Amino acid sequence: MGYELIEKIINREVTIQDVIQTSFDRIETTDILIHSFVKLSKDEALKKAKKYDIKIQKGQKVGKLYGLPFANKDLICLKGFPTTCCSKILKGYRPPYNAFVIERLVEQEGAIHIGNTNMDEFAMGSSTESSYYGPTYNPWDLSRVPGGSSGGSATAIASGQAIFAIGSDTGGSIRCPASFCGVVGLKPTYGRVSRYGLVAFANSLDQIGPITKCVYDSALMLEIISGKDPLDSTSVDIKVDKYTEEIKNPIEKKVIGIPKEFFGEGIEKEVESSIKKSIEKLESLGASIVEVTIPHLEYTIATYYLLCMCEASSNLARFDGLRYGPMSENLSGDTFEVFSRTRGKYFGPEVRRRIFLGTYALSAGYYDKFYIKALKVRSLIKNDFVQAFKKCDSIVCPTMPSTAFKTGALINDPLKMYIIDILTCSVNLAGIPALTIPCGFDSNNLPIGFQIIGDYFDEKGILNIGYQLEQELNVYRKIAPVVNGGK
Amino acid sequence: MSSQNNDVIIGLEVHIQLTNLKTKLFCSCSTNYRGKEPNTFVCPICIGLPGSLPVVNKKVIEFATRLALALNCKINHKFWFFRKNYHYPDLPKGFQITQYNKAGGKAFADGGKITIRINNHKKEVLLNRIHLEEDPARLVHKGSIATSPFTLVDYNRSGVCLIEIVSEPVIDTPEEAREFLKQLKSIVQYTGISDLDLQGSVRVDANISIKGHERSEVKNINSFKEVERALSYEIIRQKNTLKRGKVLIQETRHWDDKRKITISLRSKEFEADYRYFPEQDLVPLEIDNIFIQKVKEKLPEMPNERALRLRREYMLSEFDSENLVLDKEIADFYENGANSDPSFGYEEYKQYCNWLMNNISGWLNENNTTITNTKLTPKQVVDLIKNIRNGKITTKIAKTYIDEMMKGISISQIIKKKGKTRIYDEKIIEKLCREIIEENPNIVKDFCKNLKALEALIGRVMAKTKGQADPKITREIMLELLKKS
Repeated sequence: MGYELIEKIINREVTIQDVIQTSFDRIETTDILIHSFVKLSKDEALKKAKKYDIKIQKGQKVGKLYGLPFANKDLICLKGFPTTCCSKILKGYRPPYNAFVIERLVEQEGAIHIGNTNMDEFAMGSSTESSYYGPTYNPWDLSRVPGGSSGGSATAIASGQAIFAIGSDTGGSIRCPASFCGVVGLKPTYGRVSRYGLVAFANSLDQIGPITKCVYDSALMLEIISGKDPLDSTSVDIKVDKYTEEIKNPIEKKVIGIPKEFFGEGIEKEVESSIKKSIEKLESLGASIVEVTIPHLEYTIATYYLLCMCEASSNLARFDGLRYGPMSENLSGDTFEVFSRTRGKYFGPEVRRRIFLGTYALSAGYYDKFYIKALKVRSLIKNDFVQAFKKCDSIVCPTMPSTAFKTGALINDPLKMYIIDILTCSVNLAGIPALTIPCGFDSNNLPIGFQIIGDYFDEKGILNIGYQLEQELNVYRKIAPVVNGGK
Repeated sequence: MSSQNNDVIIGLEVHIQLTNLKTKLFCSCSTNYRGKEPNTFVCPICIGLPGSLPVVNKKVIEFATRLALALNCKINHKFWFFRKNYHYPDLPKGFQITQYNKAGGKAFADGGKITIRINNHKKEVLLNRIHLEEDPARLVHKGSIATSPFTLVDYNRSGVCLIEIVSEPVIDTPEEAREFLKQLKSIVQYTGISDLDLQGSVRVDANISIKGHERSEVKNINSFKEVERALSYEIIRQKNTLKRGKVLIQETRHWDDKRKITISLRSKEFEADYRYFPEQDLVPLEIDNIFIQKVKEKLPEMPNERALRLRREYMLSEFDSENLVLDKEIADFYENGANSDPSFGYEEYKQYCNWLMNNISGWLNENNTTITNTKLTPKQVVDLIKNIRNGKITTKIAKTYIDEMMKGISISQIIKKKGKTRIYDEKIIEKLCREIIEENPNIVKDFCKNLKALEALIGRVMAKTKGQADPKITREIMLELLKKS
């Protein structure tokens, strides 16, 4: 746990160099199997660790994160460090500036960046199989996917390679891998964390959030990365709560909503029963349970994919090879032909599929039929949640309908791959926060994720429930074994 | 001219850079990029690096409000942007952030009008809307776009704020277009949002059609001066095409300002192919009436109102007052001087106006500068007029003072230096007259039959004195001498 290590560092029981070295040792032995990282910053990290240890010896401040190892998703800009979105089209690209969250975590609070993690190309996927660098594997069972798109960040935490990780969540990209890997993943309210420096996939849905081993660490990271950023107009100037303190409050007065639509067909039996057991635990902690309804949930997948593809088709238009990234060697024809050739060659198939579909949906004659209609449904779904939160403080449900599936099982069946986001992407459409914590294991020893959805800017509330449940369930300390075939 | 052209329909889209805005539309890069090394006035935002986000320069709203008020547009109270998607090397994000008045979007302001004077009658040119957008980068070609072996991109211009003024298709002739732009330029100058004399600060796209036929859109007209020329060319081209029995197609054409022709760029991409949709990286901003009122209070008197007032206060003709107010600096200069001397009346006001509009404006044009870039002061012009009024110098002599005046030298100093005061001495004038009579016996002979002979002789006296002899005294003496002879 990050907070425990911080205490040990403060008490001089371990040095930051020990912690960073341990991380790299762990990476050395495990990453060949799970492939969390696409690029490491070992020398730089060890140098920094040494510098910070000296500072600590001198009694100087090193920031709230005390040099702990931090894994960055490969789509968040880190000055001078290759940031590629795991796409060939950004091969060799080094941003000249830091993302807001990097400024906060690394520059301000002293986390030590140990490397960038693997992900689905441009965050488009739920399995971390579409990366240009090849897939990541689930440390609980190497024949399975880690979930996605922030798969590398989740496996880095689950396998003990890093203490803090950052992911981004457009339709579940933090929560899905956190659930499949048995770690804590938080998607904050849209606008809670600045997106400045996050390479956009679908900019009205994207949000940056922490992936950690425990809820306390998540709260600690959120405290640091939240707040208004003048460089992101959509970031909101709302007071940042003292999450690390608020989480310890009792939850006996909480009203927990159970939306029946989230427990429908397609949810694996073992997942459902594990979630129900956790709900009983919440009741035993004094929370009361009410039934709520999200009537438009059935339209979520269609709405979500339509909007995210439309936005992606525009957001990814800038990758033409002219200013950065590789360019087609064949320069014949006009610029448009060169752009087309470059984009055709260096984008992967899933990215191309989404650009095609998004472009089509925004085109003349289809705009009203698809985009405008999807926006209308989006506001209906939003309203469903607004209504539900009149009856309860938080909503709980499974994070994923199943536990981690086998590598290769869905990669050639995009529609089936899209459907597994059913329980996560409505949260992005509404723009509300949601937390996933591990609540148990299925018979294959695969982690099950418990999702807690909150009202706008009520990260405090969901972290509070998450923390109390985590303490009660006490399964979060397990470290993934990094073995073949599970068990 | 207009009767020949009444089958032509012209609509203009005028893009004006807000050059008086210190920073770009969505980032804090300076807009003062002219003459600077290419690609040095850039940041992650204006070159659209992955992960960068736009933030609206709030000052833009005030600037746009000023223009909207000056053009009598209806300001939309909610302000937000759309993305216009297309690939081009000058567009680093693959889309332009702009405003859109369809698909649920709104322009910054709708409607509005500009009054123009054409063939001595007035016409109101209605506007469709004004909206804000970011300027793309500048593409540099060797020679013309069609023949250049390469394209260079300078992103210094990328992200500078443009305001686009879209007219209704109600302009009938290239001359009307010229007048429209003349008035627009004047209004923009009054609002203080842009200096349209700066190179590249204005670009015009023109939609032109012959009634009943497809229109063409001519892009890349990079100065107001070129618009009339480009339109005239395009009208002739379209008419010639029809004469040859061919069909006009809807297309985008490029004004080649070196060859002074339009060339076909592409057959018209239909508007919706730009796949406009809301820019969600920016949150909608509200513009309330209190804000609009505040801007209104700070707005100077606009040229139309000013012309009316000048007619009233200085008894100027409609023509004079409308011309005088066109350039705000000239009009300010006029009023500063005209108000400074209580002895001024109708005659002086008119003379002062004539001096400004003719000799001084002529000098400014010749030297390609503006009045505030010279050292000329209103007091000099006032003194000049007073010296003419009290007969110390003639108008003709006064005209030779312009060069010195522009250097800021006072009238009394110029008079002293040039010594060109008027000759009043009757003895000197009489001597001169006698000389002229002796030298021109033939003209003198004519005097009995032809009164014009007197003028001819006076003229020669004036020529000999380089205009310094007092014309009244000269006439009296010459007449007397002739009568005697």
